[in-house]
Amino acid sequence: MMIRLKVTGDTVVKATTEVGYLHRAFEKLLEKRNWMQCFPVLCRFCVPEPDPVEEAFALAVESIEGREVPERAKYIRVLVLELARMASYMLWYGGQSGSLGLYTVGQWSVGDRNYILDLFEELTGGRVYHMYIWPGGVRRDMPEGFGEKVLKTMDYIEKRLDDYDDLMFENAIFKRRTKGVGIIDKEKAVEWGVVGPPLRGCGIKSDIRIDDPYEVYDKLDFDVPTAEGGDIWARALVRRQEVRQSIRIVRQVLDKMPSGSVYNKVPNPQKWRLPEGDAYSRIESVRGEIGFYVASDGGLYPRRAHMRGAAYVHAVTLLERILPGENISDVSSILNSLGACPPEIER
Amino acid sequence: MSFFDIKGTLKPLTALKQIGKKPHTLKDIPFAEKEASDNYRGLHYNELEACIGCGNCSTICQNQAIDMINIDGIEAKPGDSGLRPRVDNGRCCWCALCVDVCPTGSLSLTKDYLFISTDPNNFLWTPGVDNPEGKDRVSFVSTFDLSLNEYGRIPMPELEGMERVKSFAEVVLGYNEEQAREEASRCISCGLCTEACPEHMHIPEYINAIASGNDEDAVRIIYDNNPLPEMCGKVCTRRCEDVCAIAQRDGDAIAIRWLKRYATEQVNNVDLIKEIVNPDIKESNGLRVSIVGAGPAGLTAAYYLTLKGFDCTIFEAHAKAGGMTMYGIPKYRFPQDSLDKQIEYVQKIGVKIHFNTKVGKDISFKEIYDNSDAVFMGVGFPSPWTLGIEGEDLKGSIQAVTFLYEINNGQKVDIGDKVFVIGGGNVAIDAARVARRLGADVTILYRRRVQDMPADWEEIEGAEQEGVHIIPQAIPIQFHGDAKGRLTTVEYLMAEMVPDDRGGRPKPVAIEGSNKTIEATAIMGAIGQQGDYSFLEGDFEKNIQVERGRFVVNEKQQTTDPKVFAGGDAVNRTADAISAIADGYRAVKGIEEMLLEKS
Repeated sequence: MMIRLKVTGDTVVKATTEVGYLHRAFEKLLEKRNWMQCFPVLCRFCVPEPDPVEEAFALAVESIEGREVPERAKYIRVLVLELARMASYMLWYGGQSGSLGLYTVGQWSVGDRNYILDLFEELTGGRVYHMYIWPGGVRRDMPEGFGEKVLKTMDYIEKRLDDYDDLMFENAIFKRRTKGVGIIDKEKAVEWGVVGPPLRGCGIKSDIRIDDPYEVYDKLDFDVPTAEGGDIWARALVRRQEVRQSIRIVRQVLDKMPSGSVYNKVPNPQKWRLPEGDAYSRIESVRGEIGFYVASDGGLYPRRAHMRGAAYVHAVTLLERILPGENISDVSSILNSLGACPPEIER
Repeated sequence: MSFFDIKGTLKPLTALKQIGKKPHTLKDIPFAEKEASDNYRGLHYNELEACIGCGNCSTICQNQAIDMINIDGIEAKPGDSGLRPRVDNGRCCWCALCVDVCPTGSLSLTKDYLFISTDPNNFLWTPGVDNPEGKDRVSFVSTFDLSLNEYGRIPMPELEGMERVKSFAEVVLGYNEEQAREEASRCISCGLCTEACPEHMHIPEYINAIASGNDEDAVRIIYDNNPLPEMCGKVCTRRCEDVCAIAQRDGDAIAIRWLKRYATEQVNNVDLIKEIVNPDIKESNGLRVSIVGAGPAGLTAAYYLTLKGFDCTIFEAHAKAGGMTMYGIPKYRFPQDSLDKQIEYVQKIGVKIHFNTKVGKDISFKEIYDNSDAVFMGVGFPSPWTLGIEGEDLKGSIQAVTFLYEINNGQKVDIGDKVFVIGGGNVAIDAARVARRLGADVTILYRRRVQDMPADWEEIEGAEQEGVHIIPQAIPIQFHGDAKGRLTTVEYLMAEMVPDDRGGRPKPVAIEGSNKTIEATAIMGAIGQQGDYSFLEGDFEKNIQVERGRFVVNEKQQTTDPKVFAGGDAVNRTADAISAIADGYRAVKGIEEMLLEKS
């Protein structure tokens, strides 16, 4: 993506955003791949957080076909989604503080994120791209002793969050550079299609996990943090608390994990025809609500697959509206606080 | 916020407490690799011996990173294409879909992930060949339960065991549309079956047509090189299924035969077959080909020669066409109307059949030979082998093929109520199951073990379900009769299996003194058949060479007399319908080449 800024002195007068050429027409590529071959492409929609895209597509496919998913697989999916949320937030810590010159937090959080990637490696075989959630359930069961390792990592990360606070949220520079900066008007937020932490940072309680629960979120106890102000600070506060909520969810999931199979077999991928029909699925990713519209004409490939991504709304249309009047040195910080993810924009 | 935030200025300094803590980064990078997890998706490894070169990995790879190549020391053989996957690690994204679709489980990913080279061509790896050490580093493996292949076959609806013996009604009921689509959808289109089929039928193509709901396409594809597919759909020995990639790992082979049956059953009259197949019949070229015997080989040769514009006439000794498939196969396996439909179609194309015309008796071979531009012999193996033991000439001792012929011909055969069948091939099982349908108590005596029986396992299972007893490792030594020359008892010896020193299958050796004698009203020998070439007289007997009971032919089915071609049981050792069809099909090319190149 690209932002063209018109400035007077250091103040932005006009911002024009443009979609760039970072990635390769993912949605079109899906139309040339059979239902299983889609998955190695799907995870590349958003590099820092590939799992929600897999989940959204899998949900849509399962909805068209009416395929049930085993209970254990649902719990494992939530586990993966929450670990992915955390891993993605750890990257955000680095980006948000780094855009203000506070590099130490990023070095810590990205280092700690690797402990979550270690978990992914053990569970799915891949560190960043997992290709793990797919129609019918998940690809492999949890290895022996995996739950204990997850809990250990959760304890470690929970402890580290306090260290991050000392360096970031308690930091005078961070407070001064984020409070009252990049304000989203609460009145306009819904109209503009703002979702996720930026919307919750406007004091609006909205989370698909609660509003339209998928998998087993309705069986889990967690809060949806909100903050007032609609500025970078409010959005940062929301994210800070959400990491703690994710840890809470992960612990409950491991506690309630049922036994049983993890995969309801799908037909041979080469000849797997989905019935004619379409479906829209939506889930809560780190960037906010993402949705997948999938249409099948009864054939081997998706007739159309379209993703409604939060990043496109936030970093293309919203950014143009909130940048005017801001200081040019705050632009990268504002961009980061909106959860922009260029590959997802240029899908 | 105050202008000077004392707490906010001092708090970040707490980072200093991290000094002296052990860093969590690896120190010796890049010299020390991080050990990957037990589930890691790293570089590929392929178990070369277990791989069958089906190419499913290459098909699923959405990055087109895998191609199938020839490897030194690996030859193509039935059930193995001889090819092995080569991975372009510059394209691979390690999604491991290739692993999850590998039907044999030979392909896996390893813990190795570091590979550095300045030459892009070095990124082309043949797993297993280029990294034999990967064997001990395997991590992400294919599992049977979580595989993307469907290993379980859709069960074929059949009549209940005891219901079957009440009549000659067809046992197999056939797939319905939904079952056929589902079964066809299991196929991975590797094409190993095509190579294994003597006739090289276009199996993946017609299965794909069935899976996509295009039954008419399937029928067209099937008739491309098999004019008798309904026959094959019911009674083929299906060597294709033996090599099916899906069956290599405790899975059930795709029901190729039943799918062909399904497709052909969708077209239930001859006019419709002709309309769908829409064969391209060439104008007459004025050349005459005579065919001896209207079995599968002769019918196939006649059909395709007629399409090519030859004038074909078949001379058939019996009243009906079909050869062994008419007179040797019981009607509960291959009903008469199915066969009639096939023959009628072949005739409709323009093939002339002279029934009840035995060559050598009603018409001489010389006459046919002199009046034709080429002759094809599909004469089969009509004469049964005899056991060569005492008492075989008793009344009640009959041959299984003769018995099947008479039953199929509508004659009555008195076999009494205690029947013994000797042999373990399909003919033995057929005779036993037919005898059960006549109300007899039937026992099969076989000199080897049940698992050594050359008969189709489904037939053996079917016989057992119908109440046929099997006594394995039993060698008959004598039949006893009463004063009127009527069979009363059969005496046999038990055998033990002795391993063959030369690596062959174990041999049955009779145990001295283990004699048993059982009452019998009829006994049927079913230990094989042989040819009857008495119709070849004079020069023909000399010119047309026969070796070990079979005609000597070249790769075009041409005998030692250039004008005479031969096929079917009298030529090939596999002695089944599909091999006969393949012979007929090859002969068509041979005859065409010989006659058209000559003229």
